[in-house]
Amino acid sequence: MAKTERAVASVLKKHERDLLSDWVRELKAGASGADGRLSEKELHGQAENFLKLVRQAAAAGEMDDVSGEPWKPVREFLEDITRSRVAQGFSSDQTATFIFSLKKPLFARLRADLAQDPQAVADETWSATQLLDALGLHTVKAFQKTREDVIARQQEEMLELSTPVVKLWEGVLALPMIGTLDSARTQVVMESLLQRIVETGSEIAIIDITGVPTVDTLVAQHLLKTVTAIRLMGADCIISGVRPQIAQTIVHLGVDLQGVTTKATLADALSLALKRSGYVVTKKA
Amino acid sequence: MDRIPILRMGDFLLVTIQVDMHDRLAMTLQDDLTSRIEKTGAKGVLIDISALEMVDSFIGRMIANISGMSRILDARTVLVGMQPAVAITLVELGLSLEGVQTALDVDRGMRALRKALASEEEGPCPS
Repeated sequence: MAKTERAVASVLKKHERDLLSDWVRELKAGASGADGRLSEKELHGQAENFLKLVRQAAAAGEMDDVSGEPWKPVREFLEDITRSRVAQGFSSDQTATFIFSLKKPLFARLRADLAQDPQAVADETWSATQLLDALGLHTVKAFQKTREDVIARQQEEMLELSTPVVKLWEGVLALPMIGTLDSARTQVVMESLLQRIVETGSEIAIIDITGVPTVDTLVAQHLLKTVTAIRLMGADCIISGVRPQIAQTIVHLGVDLQGVTTKATLADALSLALKRSGYVVTKKA
Repeated sequence: MDRIPILRMGDFLLVTIQVDMHDRLAMTLQDDLTSRIEKTGAKGVLIDISALEMVDSFIGRMIANISGMSRILDARTVLVGMQPAVAITLVELGLSLEGVQTALDVDRGMRALRKALASEEEGPCPS
């Protein structure tokens, strides 16, 4: 085994230049270089760097295990490339093809170098395949990880976006809730609303649930908790946007909303809030 | 031993809790406040907890108790300036302080007390 390992490394060393040009040609013919999203120079640079790093890692030893320390620079380089590929909108197979298309030129060199020994060619090819497969799979893994990071970030942003506290009037805050309420979201909603009440010194807060598709016992309990917390701070809370189905569900569930002011629409809630704060709205003749 | 000062402002008593409450302090406050209400005949009590950052179930219950006791001694109690974190904690602990009047700050609390007392004096209680 040790002999063949050295053979792959030596092929890489001996034919680096030829391998590189063959590989780049292969890449350009294949999917990841064809549509002009990557310039030839860029592709060439990436391929060159990759070969250099693989050669160094292979020279340092251990060809079987790409998760080891000598392969760290290679892995990091691949992760970098993958990240940029994701940003450019490549698919995972296109990203992995970057590695896999090295097989053809590499195998050709191996065959030429070890022509007199078919057994060695087979062994050599096998170990090279294993190596490139492992590296290719690593790019797929990195690709997935990058995408997951994007999803996680978007979820976070959505959480932020979906809980804006708006000031409707002097001393009246409104919180239009959109989407399903779960414990994590309610926590965020409650905290941001309470914080804004302290900051603005508003005495009335309106929670509008027009955008909440369903209400179950848990959601109702979350709402009640928020209402109680608002009352404890010394402000009043009105729940608005209760749709007929939701009103039915709440009664069927046996949730007690006594002591909580509820209104059918945000407009009703606002007019009640204005009345309570002593404003009178009149229409000019 | 440190005590929480109770200030007299006309007909009202103002209690400002500036330090983190511990159990002994809360008990002392309960004693002090009830005896001050009795001595001064105060009509209203404002408890300002805007500097209170943390509560546990005991302190939460003490706050509820104190306001209950003042009410029995015929002094309206308004709890003012509760911080969001404290409000959330109390709700999670299941202490909703039913029957305790609240206000956003001392100024609003004072106004609420005056209004309540004025309406009390104006007409005889309907009940």
